Amino acid sequence: MEVAEFCSTSRVVIVAGKGGVGKTTVTAALAITAARAGRSVLIVEVEGKSGLPAMFDAPALGYEEIDLDPRIRARFLTPDAALVDYLVTHGMKRISKRLAASGALDVVATAVPGMKDILVLGKVKSIEETRAADLVIVDAPAAGHAITFLLSARGLLDAVRVGPIRKQAQDVVSLLSDPARCQVMLVTLAEETPVSEVVDTAFAIEDRAGVALGPVVVNGCFTPLPVPVSANASAILDDGRSTGRFVSQREADDLARAAAFLEERHALQNEQIQRLRELLPLPQIELPFVFNPDITRPQLDTLADAFELGVEKL
Amino acid sequence: VTIRIDELVDDRRVVICCGTGGVGKTTTAAVLALEGARRGRNACVVTIDPARRLADALGIAHLTNDPTEIDRKLWAEIDGRATDPGDDEAVVAGGRLSAMMLDTKSTFDLLVSRNASSPEQAQRILDNTFYRNVSGALGGTQEYMAMEKLHELHDEGNFDLIVVDTPPTRHALDFLDAPKRLTRLLDNRVFRLLMMPTRAYLRVASVAVQTFLRTVARVVGSEVIEDVVAFFRAFEGMEEGFRTRAQVVGDLLTDPSTAFVLVTSPRRDAMQEATFFGDRLAEAGQSVQALIVNRVHPAFGDETPAGLRAAADALRSAPADVPKDEAARLSALYDNLADFREIATLEREHMEALRDRIGGETALAYVPYLAHDVHDFTTLHEVARLLFDTVSTQ
Repeated sequence: MEVAEFCSTSRVVIVAGKGGVGKTTVTAALAITAARAGRSVLIVEVEGKSGLPAMFDAPALGYEEIDLDPRIRARFLTPDAALVDYLVTHGMKRISKRLAASGALDVVATAVPGMKDILVLGKVKSIEETRAADLVIVDAPAAGHAITFLLSARGLLDAVRVGPIRKQAQDVVSLLSDPARCQVMLVTLAEETPVSEVVDTAFAIEDRAGVALGPVVVNGCFTPLPVPVSANASAILDDGRSTGRFVSQREADDLARAAAFLEERHALQNEQIQRLRELLPLPQIELPFVFNPDITRPQLDTLADAFELGVEKL
Repeated sequence: VTIRIDELVDDRRVVICCGTGGVGKTTTAAVLALEGARRGRNACVVTIDPARRLADALGIAHLTNDPTEIDRKLWAEIDGRATDPGDDEAVVAGGRLSAMMLDTKSTFDLLVSRNASSPEQAQRILDNTFYRNVSGALGGTQEYMAMEKLHELHDEGNFDLIVVDTPPTRHALDFLDAPKRLTRLLDNRVFRLLMMPTRAYLRVASVAVQTFLRTVARVVGSEVIEDVVAFFRAFEGMEEGFRTRAQVVGDLLTDPSTAFVLVTSPRRDAMQEATFFGDRLAEAGQSVQALIVNRVHPAFGDETPAGLRAAADALRSAPADVPKDEAARLSALYDNLADFREIATLEREHMEALRDRIGGETALAYVPYLAHDVHDFTTLHEVARLLFDTVSTQ
């Protein structure tokens, strides 16, 4: 598939997955991919203290949009702020500040489960409707909360019979259930538990929340060495001798151990990718493992390159 | 004096494992309890949401609000073999291991029943829709109930080591704030007015409050408001008991026999979060006693990445008389080692910086990246050995 076509499949992409699989990294890589294809992107973070701005060397996110790149903007979206927004646009400006400040939102939100999620998704919906960007990427809450987050609107329709909140929930359901407007991109690692969990999440999202699923992103994949090698110190010492490069026994051991580690990880990873393919009939995009615990722009660009390749193969 | 990680499982009564989601908290908690039992203690691990296979291994596939003892045979024999008594890693006689998976709602129900002045009051609360939402969905309830359960096990159980896993939150700090969030909800000024007898309420409730309630009703419907009012009325008289209880549970957290273990991964964001957590614990008069870093890449020697890259480059541009295949293989091997040396170096820098920041006394231990999942006693024992035998003390 062409990258430009892929980036306009739906106007909202919700990136979801278990904690620690690299949702925010994938969000950033997708944003750069779309920006390169000429799209304007708005990233919406729904949980505090996101690692996103640090990746772009930008200051912490607030409720106001900031520029991360000429075509990528980002903002933070809290239920409290979304509620104030909602009340202001519904002619209840006077009450709005106090409702949020008095902590009463906690009480009301507890009385109406899913209320906070609806407020956030409702705001996403109005961002989408005003065409604030060609592509809106939502960095969803971690793990099981992602399912609750997406199910909130349907749950609320059952609980609240009347009133504007019900209307809001209906609007959110129509956004979520229209594949041209919204899809979920799941992120996982090629490891046993993350694969099991992403399969469960995928079925829950499709069956219960009725949201379309995009390709699954398999993050952190080790790339095999460009030439076949033998992870064996004496073979390495032989290669050293024939190339005239001095290799000490210790160095040969380190080279061999590192190569064996890569080989082992790679074999296990392929097993899990195969397992994921069998359990979940969705196309996959593999992103490479980044040999750096701190992801910044150069790593994001590498990941975006891989993302483009992955999309072209779809 | 640096705390040794052994001290935690040998001497402490309560070990609380904190950390952000996806760093291996549940596994670490299970490993610590197992190690305590192996050393002869009567240990219990309280898990929140274990991965299915780990839960199966611990025999807690379903919510069990009471600890279940694990058959000694299952955890004391590794790979089906009893350990050799002469071995350092042998299982000490007398140790016991129990596990439970927290059931937030029944823990809360029990708390309500115990604090209510009559069974009728308890029933009114338990039947209330708003209460059911509080006990099921309020952020922080799970954290608070984990602490409540901990306190109950501490007071009433016979365990001499309780290891608590904390809920998977994006922010490790949420755990510390949980009791406050609940009492803040119960203390809410506007809704406290609602708890007054009807007439007094009408008198005290200002026009502003009434407008406010009407607005809320307009947004979410009046049924919802009625539920809330009914809840706060039913709850009347119990806030004090709840507040006292929160205080007592809070005291347990600052007791010297309680240790906080911060579980993290060597990624920058997890490390930053860990730093904030250390600062917050210090404010609360506690300290992080051990820092356990999971998924650390192996070091593979001590050469610098730059030197290795230079070797790879030299081989790639070797003169024509150097055999091509051999040079290509060797340069690939050098590049690969350079990659792993790079990440290993950066990860170790992060770990040391975090330890310096948190305080010199904190034990630092790390578990290398494992080639497989940890979901049975054989692999839990393996992690225990890595954790307790490779302690780095600078």
